[in-house]
Amino acid sequence: VTEAEDRADALFHALADRTRRDILRRVLAGEHSVSMLAAKYDMSFAAVQKHVAVLERAGLVVKRRQGREHLVSTDVTTVRHAREQLEMLEALWRDRLDRFGDVLAELPTTALPENKESQEDR
Amino acid sequence: MTVTDVVRDRANRTLTLTAEYPAAPEQVWQLWADPRLLERWWGPPGFPATFEHHDLTPGGTITYFMSGGDGGDRFDGTWNVVEVDAPTRLVVEDAIIDDDGTPSDGNSMTRMEIDIEAAGDTTRMILTTHFDSLVGMEQAIATGVVDGMKACMSQIDAVLEEVAA
Repeated sequence: VTEAEDRADALFHALADRTRRDILRRVLAGEHSVSMLAAKYDMSFAAVQKHVAVLERAGLVVKRRQGREHLVSTDVTTVRHAREQLEMLEALWRDRLDRFGDVLAELPTTALPENKESQEDR
Repeated sequence: MTVTDVVRDRANRTLTLTAEYPAAPEQVWQLWADPRLLERWWGPPGFPATFEHHDLTPGGTITYFMSGGDGGDRFDGTWNVVEVDAPTRLVVEDAIIDDDGTPSDGNSMTRMEIDIEAAGDTTRMILTTHFDSLVGMEQAIATGVVDGMKACMSQIDAVLEEVAA
């Protein structure tokens, strides 16, 4: 597993969730403490904290400590950078080609169908 | 390791991946030709693909959608089939479909070439994705012509747009 794949996975996972996208949206508008964010959602502080941690692992936000608070911030450049990676495209194809191999390995090795150009719509 | 070689060619705007599989070319071909097999590997984990229409003939159209994520989001894709030469070559163009169901402008069209060849006991599959323009490539990455990046990147765009507004 390459670093690029890990990054793509983390990013994809982070953004696949509505709450996390919403948190990202708020944090892009300005620094928020985790407790400020937690107040916005109908879920526990711990749950929001977990969401922030997922965003942090994906490199979308950064967290710093100030007194008893954890402040969460990001900037547009950071987020935009995430979308500009050609290597992500590569990572996706690597993943996909690995899955291709998995499916292939499960095919029966005998009884190949004849090669017709149009094995359509089964 | 499935993928044996990767060539990123920014000048020619292509990304080429070579993979080798311990199978016959006909079997490798089957994974493109059979929509039920195709959907087992096309979508990323959590975003399974469903191929609705699969006409693998030159001039034919292949349509699919991927759905998943917490919000049950759905993302549609369409391929125009350009070349079919079973079991060795397949060329499709990937059209980004706008929310209203019509293809986006030509810039976002990408081309995918699949070459399948026997290599001793294994089969080599060479996959080249071409992008019409750098803008097209950026769009492709941004909107994720491939994979759930479509989901991911459009979300990033939505977030950025809101912030810019």
